[in-house]
Amino acid sequence: MQHSKYLIIGSSHAALEAVAAIRMQDPDGSLTLITRDKHLPYSPTVLPYVVSGRSQPDNINLKDQAYFDLHAIEFIPGRKVEKIEPENHCVILDNGQQWQYDKLLLATGASPLIPPISGLDQTEFLVLRTLEDAIALRQASSQAKKAIVLGAGLVGMHGAENLAEAGLDVTVVEMQTQVLPGYFDPQAAGLIESAFSQHGVTMKMGHRAVRIEQQDNGCQVELENGETLEADLLLVSTGVKPVTDYCAGSGIETDQGILVDDHMATNQTDIWAAGDVTQAGDFYSNAQVVTGILPDAVEQGRIAGMAMSEDPCLKSYNGGIPINTYTFYGQQAISVGVSDLSTGTLADCSEVELSVDTDNGFFQKIIFKDNQLQGISGINAALDPGIMWQLILRRIDLADDKADFVAKPLETGRRLMSRTWR
Amino acid sequence: MALGYNTITFNPDKCDGCGDCMRACSQAKAGTDDPVHSRIQILANETPSTGEQQSPIEMAMCRQCGDPKCVSNCPAAALSKDLSSGTIDWDSSKCVNCLLCTVGCAFGGITYNVEVGHVTKCDTCDGNPACVKVCPHGALEYNTSGSVYTRIGDKEDLFVPGLSACQGCNSELLIRHTLRNVGSNVVVATPPGCIPGMGTVGYNGKTGTKVPVFHPLLTNTASMLAGIKKQYNRVGRDVTMLALAGDGGVGDVGFQSLSGAAERNEQQLFMCVDNEGYMNTGMQSSGSTPAGSWTSTTPVGKEMQGKRTDAKNMARIMMMHNCEYVATASLSFMDDYYDKLDKALAASKRGFAYLHVYAPCPTGWRFPAAETIEVCRKQVESNFVTLWEFTPDQGLQFTRSVDKPAPLADYLKQIGKYRHLNQDQIDHLQRRVDNQVKSLKAFEQTSAVS
Ligand SMILES: Cc1cc2nc3c(=O)[nH]c(=O)nc-3n(C[C@H](O)[C@H](O)[C@H](O)COP(=O)(O)OP(=O)(O)OC[C@H]3O[C@@H](n4cnc5c(N)ncnc54)[C@H](O)[C@@H]3O)c2cc1C
Repeated sequence: MQHSKYLIIGSSHAALEAVAAIRMQDPDGSLTLITRDKHLPYSPTVLPYVVSGRSQPDNINLKDQAYFDLHAIEFIPGRKVEKIEPENHCVILDNGQQWQYDKLLLATGASPLIPPISGLDQTEFLVLRTLEDAIALRQASSQAKKAIVLGAGLVGMHGAENLAEAGLDVTVVEMQTQVLPGYFDPQAAGLIESAFSQHGVTMKMGHRAVRIEQQDNGCQVELENGETLEADLLLVSTGVKPVTDYCAGSGIETDQGILVDDHMATNQTDIWAAGDVTQAGDFYSNAQVVTGILPDAVEQGRIAGMAMSEDPCLKSYNGGIPINTYTFYGQQAISVGVSDLSTGTLADCSEVELSVDTDNGFFQKIIFKDNQLQGISGINAALDPGIMWQLILRRIDLADDKADFVAKPLETGRRLMSRTWR
Repeated sequence: MALGYNTITFNPDKCDGCGDCMRACSQAKAGTDDPVHSRIQILANETPSTGEQQSPIEMAMCRQCGDPKCVSNCPAAALSKDLSSGTIDWDSSKCVNCLLCTVGCAFGGITYNVEVGHVTKCDTCDGNPACVKVCPHGALEYNTSGSVYTRIGDKEDLFVPGLSACQGCNSELLIRHTLRNVGSNVVVATPPGCIPGMGTVGYNGKTGTKVPVFHPLLTNTASMLAGIKKQYNRVGRDVTMLALAGDGGVGDVGFQSLSGAAERNEQQLFMCVDNEGYMNTGMQSSGSTPAGSWTSTTPVGKEMQGKRTDAKNMARIMMMHNCEYVATASLSFMDDYYDKLDKALAASKRGFAYLHVYAPCPTGWRFPAAETIEVCRKQVESNFVTLWEFTPDQGLQFTRSVDKPAPLADYLKQIGKYRHLNQDQIDHLQRRVDNQVKSLKAFEQTSAVS
């Protein structure tokens, strides 16, 4: 049986950040990274750019073998974890191999959620989560003429833009009434939608696909209102779900994701989880939430690595905050924190400062509560999202600076930063 | 081993918000004055809120973090920390414009520039930052002490571990740094004081120093080194002569032989480690003890409120000997110190070199051991200590600006030996500091003319 002091499952942001944190504290303890992916580490976030051709598949590695050698890390790609036995401190791989660990990190991320739409399971479709997916989508986009994108979240929107730019006739079908819910309010979403419409993408918001059928040269999608759409490329991007199948029978507590405390520890001794796979504390409430964003994966990975290596500087997780930076057709949309009061619990006693200039595609919305920033979202508005994130997390009292902040969030944010945590 | 890096530092107290740095940066990076291209952002607070204590000038720029989150957040491996220079490099061929780096940065150090359509950040102009060069007030500095540590870290520490200096001792830090840089081709003299007292000359027949070291009398350090040097010269060996003396061994009991050696231009490097008194024998006052100081021989009580007379300025006295090289230094400005140490060593091959290093003493002056370097820094920032160097050709030149000093009271209040000072005494010391600066400036002007 193989043994590693630190055993890390996954090789993406959460895993790599944990590795960096561990190596800062413990340069020599044996450390092994096992991932089901066959490649050197890369980020799912870069994949839309592989689809568009902006990034080359061989130029996106987050780490290379030299890094692993330098830090005495064993990197094992192409192996999937199938089972965990916490009582034996043991992990079992798809080839039957057993690995004993002192400390285990589960950073297996998320995978596409396939909606239960009748007929979808008998239809050819594409998703976007792995490099193979991206290469397949790039190839398909060069041959297809008409595409349907199911779901207008981040993945769907990136996919739609890529496909439209590749010359396809693209329709986006979204069950909710707007794009990017959770990050932008309906008005901001409207600005994004109209940019897509202007570029020839058909945006079908508030439409549920009820039946999908495989056809000779593609598929047919039937909407709730009876309308049917046809396409020779179907991209399913209706969200993601944490990869937790291997937890079955292990006693590791899961709900939508693996449940963790504010040091990213699971309910089982010596097992931590971080990144898209977790369901961790929310910043605004006592709930446990799945966030599924890269900055959170990094944050959680760092905390898990520090906890595993007993770093004395370990701090508790602040709780997840929705954060999104989204570039579409050369425009920038940024959202940090709460963006839409109609859906959250903050509706009462919040203050909203809104500034919109539709002609110039400018949108800026700032939400305060008790003189503290709760959220800020903007389109083509200059912001430092990292500073905004800290203003929210630190619950900085903005009573004296509110007017300046609303007028000039970029400069005022920087001034507050320099004054408060320089 | 961890590496130290050079950094751009910003002192808001010296900044008046003129914006020259931003224009220089925009020029260097985009060939225009438009501040949108500047990677350093000076933020003048136009409407300071009432009761605000802090300086109204704030600053945002890349900190070249040791553990950079912008790099961790980049999904395209477009950002990386250069382990030799310490800067965080941005690779335009890999960047996908996703702006996730800007989410990672809590300092506004990497930002999207609409004009050029991608993020930009400070690259320290490859170690020669344009902003620092144009700052008219010394508010921006390029601090190179980080690379000093990297350079010196590989050299052998020529003192043994476990010297018995007090906790927080500035002198131990200083001599370990010094000998690392001087190397082993040296004879060291440590006249009575803290430095031999902490064990450098050894106990029970064992030495605390890995190079030849001896313990002269307080009175004859410079003349003994002169004699040894003459013998080495006679046999054709080029060996450095180094004295590590306290302020008593320099300015009081040791002065006669020191002055003689300087006048004869003997080839040696004489270093004064000035802790303003006889600290290892029970904190008695010396000629270097500033007025008002509590010491065991200048107590605070009914008759006396600490020392009644001013300290003499030994560095200035040595300058008047017209030595090959004279300089003052402080351990809070390491790059400056190393620069001067190198020059002093070179000068000691030709003739007499004198280095006066200020050495705050947590035990004798009564401040917390962890504050030593901060006390050093405040000494300099208040002009209580000025950093300058002198050569016969160049005259006196400040190596750190003496303009816009912090109030002396800020320095005094963190030290126990000054706790009893009344306002008159503080005013006296402030006047003394101002006068010293004025007269040193006069020397500087004379140098500039001649
Ligand atoms: C197209 C796309 C665009 C995105 N854009 C953004 C964006 O703009 N901003 C943003 O914040 N986020 C974005 N995201 C989300 C972001 O990529 C994720 O939040 C982030 O990658 C999470 O990192 P992670 O390490 O938790 O998991 P993942 O990146 O999902 O990595 C999981 C790792 O675990 C491995 N693994 C999984 N199961 C097993 C197993 N059983 N055994 C062994 N190994 C296993 C995988 O091979 C992989 O290495 C995007 C995602 C996609 C797909």
